[in-house]
Amino acid sequence: MNISLVSVICYLLGIAALVGLNAVILVWLERKVAGHMQFRYGPMEVGPHGILQTLADGIKLVSKQLLIPDNADKPLFLLAPIVSLVPIFAAMIPIPFTETIQVWELNIGLLLIIALGLLNTLGILLAGWGSNNKYALLGGSRAVAQILAYKIPLLICIMTIIMMSGSYSLRDIALAQKDGWNILYQPVLFIVYIIAITLETNRSPFDFSEAESELVAGFHTEYSGMGFSLFFLAEYSYMLIAAALASILFLGGWQGPFLPGLAWTLIKTYGIICLMMWFRWTFPRVRIDQMLSFGWKVLLPISLINFLITAGVLAL
Amino acid sequence: MSKSVQPTYTLEKVSDENFALNLGPQHPGTHGVLRVILHMDGEYILQADPVLGYGHRMQEKIAEKMTYQQNLPYVSRMDYLGALSYNLAWVCAIERLCEFEVPERAQTIRVITTELNRISSHLLWWGAYLLDLGAFTPFLQAFADRELILDLLEYVTGSRLTYCYYRFGGLPSDVDDVFLTRVSDFIGGFRKKLPRYHALVTGNVIFEHRSKDVGVILPFDAASYGLSGPILRGSGIAYDVRKHEPYSGYESYEFTVPVDDTGDCMGRYNVRMEEINQSLNIIEQAVSNISDGPIQSKVPKILKPPVGEVAMAVETPRGELVIYIESDGSKKPNRVKYRVPSFANLSIFAKLARGQLLADALAVLGSMDMVIPEVDR
Amino acid sequence: MMECCKIKEVLNGFLSLLTGMKITLGNMFIKPQTVQWPRQEAPLPARFRGHIMMLANDATGFPMCIACTSCARNCPSQCITVTGKKPEGAKRKMTNKFELDFTKCSLCGLCVEVCPVNALDFSRDYALASYTHHDFNRMNLLESLDSPFTAN
Repeated sequence: MNISLVSVICYLLGIAALVGLNAVILVWLERKVAGHMQFRYGPMEVGPHGILQTLADGIKLVSKQLLIPDNADKPLFLLAPIVSLVPIFAAMIPIPFTETIQVWELNIGLLLIIALGLLNTLGILLAGWGSNNKYALLGGSRAVAQILAYKIPLLICIMTIIMMSGSYSLRDIALAQKDGWNILYQPVLFIVYIIAITLETNRSPFDFSEAESELVAGFHTEYSGMGFSLFFLAEYSYMLIAAALASILFLGGWQGPFLPGLAWTLIKTYGIICLMMWFRWTFPRVRIDQMLSFGWKVLLPISLINFLITAGVLAL
Repeated sequence: MSKSVQPTYTLEKVSDENFALNLGPQHPGTHGVLRVILHMDGEYILQADPVLGYGHRMQEKIAEKMTYQQNLPYVSRMDYLGALSYNLAWVCAIERLCEFEVPERAQTIRVITTELNRISSHLLWWGAYLLDLGAFTPFLQAFADRELILDLLEYVTGSRLTYCYYRFGGLPSDVDDVFLTRVSDFIGGFRKKLPRYHALVTGNVIFEHRSKDVGVILPFDAASYGLSGPILRGSGIAYDVRKHEPYSGYESYEFTVPVDDTGDCMGRYNVRMEEINQSLNIIEQAVSNISDGPIQSKVPKILKPPVGEVAMAVETPRGELVIYIESDGSKKPNRVKYRVPSFANLSIFAKLARGQLLADALAVLGSMDMVIPEVDR
Repeated sequence: MMECCKIKEVLNGFLSLLTGMKITLGNMFIKPQTVQWPRQEAPLPARFRGHIMMLANDATGFPMCIACTSCARNCPSQCITVTGKKPEGAKRKMTNKFELDFTKCSLCGLCVEVCPVNALDFSRDYALASYTHHDFNRMNLLESLDSPFTAN
């Protein structure tokens, strides 16, 4: 596909705008959802119903002093938020928002997104090591253990969907669901996938790496101001990517009656994000060794059995 | 600036892979200014040494400088969550020493307000324990219901947290029928809300896995470390000061003392939830049996107790509080000693945390329901 | 056999999670309890304890305080300073200075109770905020009352 430099730059600027806008919306949405689930209102002061709250938070975070701890590994410390944030822009390239809105149609788009998703954990590990803080180190090492245990069920989920659709390209997978969404054929797989992405994005009930009540703030204990906000931004953007992926793999992407494609994409993506927020405000945190045994002893067998059954059914 | 003296602790097994983690005085997981020096091997705790004293306010020395009446605000500030139990202990101690009679209506109102305080303390414990485990919503759900209790107590006493409501020989002000109606309404409404608490948390599989078989205290250890309160009853020993040495009319109420044999965090949780139930029963009986009459008996304005000593034990939401007062006949006590329940309860933490994961140790700390200002006095 | 029990355990666990989620979803439709201060105000009970204030005699408008210093002597935090003297032609002393150090007051109410002429009561003042502690260090409680000792 021949594209010019101008259109690439336009698309990248569009992605940057999307990431920023998404963070603004999600921070507000999370606080409102949290508030209403907890018998309170959430932000109400800044702007009508607190819509401008994220702007106020952003101004506050930018104006904070950037502290670097004494014996911290300075290059690693400063590099860690960037390593977490930058792959997002690349991961958004193959995602189709509608049939026509897509930055670049890659025939291995799905593989690219999964590979880049791992870099988030690398960022967390760098932050944990570079902070010269035992709490941050514990948070970082927990994140690595977490990702090792959960990538495999996630990959098996995705392999099952690829098998059903016959292609790695996200656009083809969405188009292959014209007759029926994948969730109807694979409900158990959808549940496994939702659990796996909750783990991948370090959201409660699996937020050990930033467990507030155990490790004071986990891997981002020593970060203040812009560093912390970059991690924050990265977390919400990975949530967006994972939810967009879920809507394409299981819910048929942009397809649906009555409304235009873009509206359906947004509804499905933000519906899954609201589901992940719902989990956060309901459940206590799982202990790390219980999570590991759950991953190896429950999720992996379930996803493998599902894979084999799907392969059998497709072969017949 | 002089270097502070650091306590030194020896570790049994010293190797290159162990490190000392300071669960410092400022930490979201310790309930107050508690410092624990943890020697860790990865995520496992090898040795835990609590360091106390960060909140020491010299309460016992201050009590020697104040008259008996003036010490009333100080006792409620030691354990701010169970302030009325501390007030009750101080007031009953002096009444025992001076042999004052307390009218029946005053005793009943004392029981109602103390049990309401107990429920509010257990609700806050419930929210804070789950916050330690990582769930954010139960905290606010508990506070939403706790507001109703605080409103009730504010109606009667004027304060919401650190009450100064009881006086020697009775109460400073009476309650009216509006209060009693509101209390009855509250009991009915709260009984309907309790199933929501159990549905959100008690049956939850994640909560069960975090609390079952975590921090098991054997009955022999519980007795020999001097534990009291729900921790002791969660290990199978049924000792409640309200049953064994009744005070303030508790002998006339029918309530059971909840006991659980398992001794783990889940057992202590169940004991406290059942205690909320039993407190509701006690309040119901008190409201229906309240008698008319005076609320204050005649006591001298300037109190000079007879020479002697007295020890008074009450059951606070945390355990057994004993106040020991030695009087030399003057307006101010000669010596006051507070035996606080959280101090003894904390002593078993070092033993329990050994070999546990950090997450489990914090769950144990949460289930023990300690108020650190009470430990440091 | 063990596999069957395990599957039942997993299913029961899953159902308990769904029950929890139902409760939080229900919470979203319950009206929040928050009172949006300062646009709305929560009702104060009658016995609310703000800082203490002096009560005036209905007939004369002068404070009822006779400067017996019982309140100052009974205060656990020693935050009351009272002085008084007899105005001309009066039978009892009257206060000419009554200062409260609100930075030390613990709102225990012993001063209100012990006053022999009921000259003190709690106010309903709760919106107290300032940039310096000098505003609360020496609160002059006689300001709003007439007094035979004031220059006007």
